Amino acid sequence: MAAVADTSGPVATWRQKVTRPMAVGAILVAWLVLFAVLRGRQTLTLAAADLTSLHRWLNDVNDTVGAGRDSNPLFLYFFNEIRLAIDHLVTFVQSLISQPTAGRPVPQIGWLGVVGIAGYLSWAVGNWRVALLAVAGFTFFGLQGLWQESMDTLALTLSAVLVALLIGIPLGVWAGLSDRCNKIMTPFLDFMQTMPTFVYLAPLTLVFLIGGASAVITTVIYAAPPAIRITAHAIRSVPATTVEAADSLGTTRRQQLLKVLLPLSQRTVVMGVNQTIMAALAMVTIAALIDAPGLGKTVVQALQSLDVGTAFNAGLAIVVMAIVLDRVTTAAAGRADTARRTGGALVRWRRPLLAAGGIGTAFLVYVSHTYVYAAEFPGDGTAGTHIASWADTATTWLQDHLSGLTNAVRDVITYGLLNPFQTLLTDSPWWLVGLTLVALGAVLGGRRAAVTAAVCVGLLVGTGLWSDGMTTLASTAVATVLVMLLGAVFGVWMGRSALVDRLVRPTLDAAQVMPPFVYLVPFLALFGATRFTAIVAAVVYAAPVAIKIIADGVRNVPESTVEATTSVGCTTWQIITKVQLPVARGALTLATNQGLIYVLSMVVVGGLVGAGALGYDVVAGFSQGQLYGKGLAAGLAIVLLGVMFDRITQAAARRTRA
Amino acid sequence: MARHWRAGAAGLTVLGLALTGCVGAKVGDTAAGAKNADGSCGTFNLAVNPWVGYQADAAVVAYVAQHDLGCKVTKKNLKEEIAWQGFGTGEVDAVLENWGHDDLKKKYITDQKTAVSAGQTGNKGVIGWWVPPWLAKAHPDITDWRNLNKYAANFRTSESGGKGQLLDGDPSYVTNDAALVTNLKLNYKVVYAGSETALIQAYRNAEKNKQWLIGYFYEPQWFMTEVPLVKVDLPAYTPGCDADAAKIACDYPVYGLDKIVSARFARSGSPAYQLVKNFHWTNEDQNLVAKYIAVDKMSDEAAAKKWVDANRDKVEAWLK
Repeated sequence: MAAVADTSGPVATWRQKVTRPMAVGAILVAWLVLFAVLRGRQTLTLAAADLTSLHRWLNDVNDTVGAGRDSNPLFLYFFNEIRLAIDHLVTFVQSLISQPTAGRPVPQIGWLGVVGIAGYLSWAVGNWRVALLAVAGFTFFGLQGLWQESMDTLALTLSAVLVALLIGIPLGVWAGLSDRCNKIMTPFLDFMQTMPTFVYLAPLTLVFLIGGASAVITTVIYAAPPAIRITAHAIRSVPATTVEAADSLGTTRRQQLLKVLLPLSQRTVVMGVNQTIMAALAMVTIAALIDAPGLGKTVVQALQSLDVGTAFNAGLAIVVMAIVLDRVTTAAAGRADTARRTGGALVRWRRPLLAAGGIGTAFLVYVSHTYVYAAEFPGDGTAGTHIASWADTATTWLQDHLSGLTNAVRDVITYGLLNPFQTLLTDSPWWLVGLTLVALGAVLGGRRAAVTAAVCVGLLVGTGLWSDGMTTLASTAVATVLVMLLGAVFGVWMGRSALVDRLVRPTLDAAQVMPPFVYLVPFLALFGATRFTAIVAAVVYAAPVAIKIIADGVRNVPESTVEATTSVGCTTWQIITKVQLPVARGALTLATNQGLIYVLSMVVVGGLVGAGALGYDVVAGFSQGQLYGKGLAAGLAIVLLGVMFDRITQAAARRTRA
Repeated sequence: MARHWRAGAAGLTVLGLALTGCVGAKVGDTAAGAKNADGSCGTFNLAVNPWVGYQADAAVVAYVAQHDLGCKVTKKNLKEEIAWQGFGTGEVDAVLENWGHDDLKKKYITDQKTAVSAGQTGNKGVIGWWVPPWLAKAHPDITDWRNLNKYAANFRTSESGGKGQLLDGDPSYVTNDAALVTNLKLNYKVVYAGSETALIQAYRNAEKNKQWLIGYFYEPQWFMTEVPLVKVDLPAYTPGCDADAAKIACDYPVYGLDKIVSARFARSGSPAYQLVKNFHWTNEDQNLVAKYIAVDKMSDEAAAKKWVDANRDKVEAWLK
């Protein structure tokens, strides 16, 4: 930014003299002054049990749809067909690996066969290291005493990922080729990713009935957007020159797609598959609420009796599954790259080895189909019992020894930061907060961001949940600040040292995929049923993303720049604050954006532990029929907050890059 | 050289495979299961709502249906709203413990006619405000609502904005607490914990660390066997005192918990329907089975077996 100011030099207008931080400061001061004058007026509060006409209307719509289920042709000939097809798919996969079928007391393929297939496939698409990891991981499920649960989860995840990719990749290619399609699709994708699942869980079971189909479709709604977005991005990233070269050779559009665009974007598309798998695993516990079998059910049931140990054991299995699938797909993406570049000596050996491995695996499958010892995992999962009792002991110790400290931290942040900020947001007149948001959007993101902010503010008022929205916004903002603090500290640390990165990264992966339900009980014990507990849960989930992005940004600062400053004699602190962080500011903005979106996706979980406001509205709407409409409106409000901040931070990111 | 090595490896592999392929019992050797009584019962789809008391009901009913009637029981873990929805689509046959839910009754029994009542379970649902036992012992007069304002300052938390905190819990149940606080002129603020888990953990902490806590709770409830909470007396319930939701100033009624079945299931003549209809036990019975499950960490099946074996006479009465 300094460079920009230099070139503008003496002809600077007032616009250039007023820096962005000054403008932001002025807006905030104006807000504070007006707040002092107008406090408590036009705050649009709505009590927990009260409804607006919009909420009642949404209730009616829901009832009408439910009543028409058996007669409406849309249901009879469209949704039912989809449901049947997906049900068949799920039942088929389950019969292979998880559920007893056709007179057999066990599934078609036993544990030995599944472990064999997992190892073989990982090796075939990745390398021998991930193959070992896969074999170890899958065996671990058995040792935990969770073989069948894990396989149920795997079956549902695989079915959901398959459906998500069948839909996602073609749509992604389309969005990659057509700007218009991309523009139309983006808001839908935002919606699918930020709308809380609780909101559509009940209607979904009405349409697709209780069972595998609903579980898969719920998962697909959440997991398909990454596949679509990343595929589109991959197609767009193919260098224009390559496409032009192909054009000049006279290729048809179809040839261009199949021979040029898809092969060149293969690596990125595989990363999309990776993200889809991760998103699908994030839905495991949610899907358990509509009777999806598997590890999620174990977690949810253990939570009813606050059985942290059992919940942790099952959560750990989900983490292991996620890490195995993540490493295998990442290795596959790497291979897609190297295979294209090298293609040398190894290829000659690869064929016979693949064939031999295939025969061996087929044999393992046969054995596991036929013999009991290979079909049912031996032992009674004592490892799982040990893990559970260890987790119980650890949490009890933490609760006994840390609760004084944790309560102090909670009180400092709640009284010092959260309460004043929340009061400022909820007790200001709605139009004042709205104007502030629009002005901030204009200063940080430009005119289009301001227009988006204005539209979102208007719609937010329309949902009838303005005050709850502001309460949620306050917690969200505090959580995002904490996420960014952690992100900066750990991100810089990891970015500067490869060793730290290696050590910390698995913990970050685990924090991202461990179902929040598992750690809610210890957090409740440590912080009570408060907004702060919700904030901590959100930070645990969102900080890893921010940390990873910042670490990446710091690492990408050119070596030469850092060396130059070192030679001038700068201290480490100076290098970090004057060089690495400023150069990585693109990464910082992206981290803010993603951190905020991830925090928002935890609003509903927060509602379960004392956050109140929008999160509670959504949960209550899921639980009580007469609050359904209000829950839906609250879900919309969360989406609106997400879209508003996403657009502002993205526009801001584009500006800092420019 | 390489060829020798390859041949050796192949030979060893074949040998290993041959060995593993010939030993061990075969799947299906011991013809396990597959002996369904006379088949008159068929499949029984039982909804399981997400709380341990219900889990106890379902465990026992499923156990009896399976072992005495030869039904194939499919348990479906569902929230209330979704379970009732299942009556219409034929995916749920019975809900075993319904707490009030007049809105659902109107929608599915009166309007859609997809569900019918199958009588009381015998359990009495008591909803109200409860305090941890240490508090009731230290300040015995706290169990009278008239004294609550005196203690309001002690119940202050970071969430309650200077007033006393009344911790409400699970959004599944109807609560009049906001209206009660206003109408009884209490200096309290209702704070929404958001889940039963959060409430139980709050009470557990309060009892252990001698913290002040008053909140919305209910029984039958397995947690009462761990921490016997003490109920605060609100102005007594009289029929009709809760007619106008905004003006409520009285305690919650005692709910006779009841069973709901799908209309189709009621007409089917399934022996499982008779079992559901006759199923009847006390709060103590349920709390005991719930304790087996939640505190002693027994499986549903084992908990049910233990209770059924000890209470054969009660079970026989359901089977008549």
